Amino acid sequence: MTEEIIIAGFGGQGVLSMGKILAYSGIMQDQEVSWMPSYGPEMRGGTANVTVIISDEKVSSPILTEFDTAIILNQQSMDKFENSVKPGGYLLYDPNGISRHPERSDIKIITIEGSKLAAEMGNSKIFNMVVLGAYLKIRPIVNLDNVIKGLKKSLPERYHSLVPLNKSAIKKGMENIVEVN
Amino acid sequence: MGDLKLMKGNEAIAEAAIRAGVDAYFGYPITPQSEIIEYLMAEKPHERTGMVVLQAESEVAAINMVYGAAGTGKKAMTSSSSPGISLKMEGISYLAGAELPAVIVNVVRGGPGLGTIQPSQADYFQATKGGGHGDYRMIVLAPASVQEMSDFVSLAFDLAFKYNNPVMILSDGVIGQMMEKVDLKDSVARWTDEEVKENSPWATVGKTKDRERNIITSLDLDPSHQEKHNEKLLLKYADITKNETRIEKIDCDDAEYLFVAYGSSARIAQKAIQLARAKGIKVGLLRPITLYPYPSEMVAKMADQVKGILAVEMSAGQMVEDVRLAVEGKVKVEHYGRVGGIIHSPQEVLEALEKKIIGG
Repeated sequence: MTEEIIIAGFGGQGVLSMGKILAYSGIMQDQEVSWMPSYGPEMRGGTANVTVIISDEKVSSPILTEFDTAIILNQQSMDKFENSVKPGGYLLYDPNGISRHPERSDIKIITIEGSKLAAEMGNSKIFNMVVLGAYLKIRPIVNLDNVIKGLKKSLPERYHSLVPLNKSAIKKGMENIVEVN
Repeated sequence: MGDLKLMKGNEAIAEAAIRAGVDAYFGYPITPQSEIIEYLMAEKPHERTGMVVLQAESEVAAINMVYGAAGTGKKAMTSSSSPGISLKMEGISYLAGAELPAVIVNVVRGGPGLGTIQPSQADYFQATKGGGHGDYRMIVLAPASVQEMSDFVSLAFDLAFKYNNPVMILSDGVIGQMMEKVDLKDSVARWTDEEVKENSPWATVGKTKDRERNIITSLDLDPSHQEKHNEKLLLKYADITKNETRIEKIDCDDAEYLFVAYGSSARIAQKAIQLARAKGIKVGLLRPITLYPYPSEMVAKMADQVKGILAVEMSAGQMVEDVRLAVEGKVKVEHYGRVGGIIHSPQEVLEALEKKIIGG
């Protein structure tokens, strides 16, 4: 199994940390992983993306142009990455703030109201965990126990009290995906 | 097994330095390698091992601090990215001339000049052919994974002290910024004063009555002495070439074509191999792990087996010159690489192979 993922959105949405938690979850179940961010003069409000690869084999290139799954969290990223999903792959996106919706019919398109659900749960910071939950529902490549272990590994200890909140956000995401096509 | 972590290449270098018993790091921040000094500062290695971490006032100051520390037999290192490494070149030439062991990390970005902060491999010439003035060589290691970023720190110090020579870890923005699983080595203690005296009898640690004064300099005004010194260095470089050339071969057994690539380009080439083999093109990869000494013999041997070679490097074509020197015209050798901070994709590398080598 090899899953090649791009997560793309605004800086500050938790794009990079979502990727990191996913990568750590892979390590927790003995898989090979890579995490390659776009880096540069990026800042809150600018665009940010990260390529995460989880595989049973050693990861070859950390740099890719085609992905099994794209997780898209803003319009710029939709414009940039819709066509990078391999035929038969998945495109997961939060429709909030998207004006031009994806049109491809050769991939599976799923939405998650991540920002809305996070706001309903009273904490916009768990937005990325809601989206991660939605991803894990459609691509259950890592199991929830390992995600929680990965979360603990990637969070500083002073934030470990927030693990239950993150876990319920992941579950919220799992329960609320909408299949578009 | 040591400690399994998800780390950036830059962080892995920093943690490996603490664990390798390094005595001192002197540096000045520059993207894309600032995580090295950032991590070292946050880890407070002076509390963990007594290691000194100091942000110098400039790159020039940092490399000369390395020179001073190395002269006392201490394990000293610095790191920077391309424009900063250019500033360090005078000091590196002095280190080589004075035969001092030290480790210099270059996380390469696009140039020339201040260039861009995105990844590049265009410092190959600078690292392997001099960079500073005079007839000297650095041993140059090219990590292609976060694991190797970690492992090569202690290897670099071993080689530096074995040959009393500066060693460069030539990385790039991809390997520095990406995170991978890394199995951290167990910590080794820093050398005691006694161990320093034993391991480095040339070190300036205070003259004792039973020996001559130790002098560390790269200056000799008598050309007959300087010539002897140069000849001694050449013998040392020949030894290094004989003993320390390192490569990795991937899918070479049945290969009809060959990629030669190091660092992040070697990773991208591996994916290109998968894409090529799915189309029935039998291509392998020879990955130089040491760029100096260059694995000329191994490349030459592969030239007897394959129909053509594509050197892949994020540059306008630097390492390809060494491939051509090794191959001596036996088969076609071409270069492919994006420049200026753009990273080539596996698909682009495969297209280049098809166009420049197979179809060319």
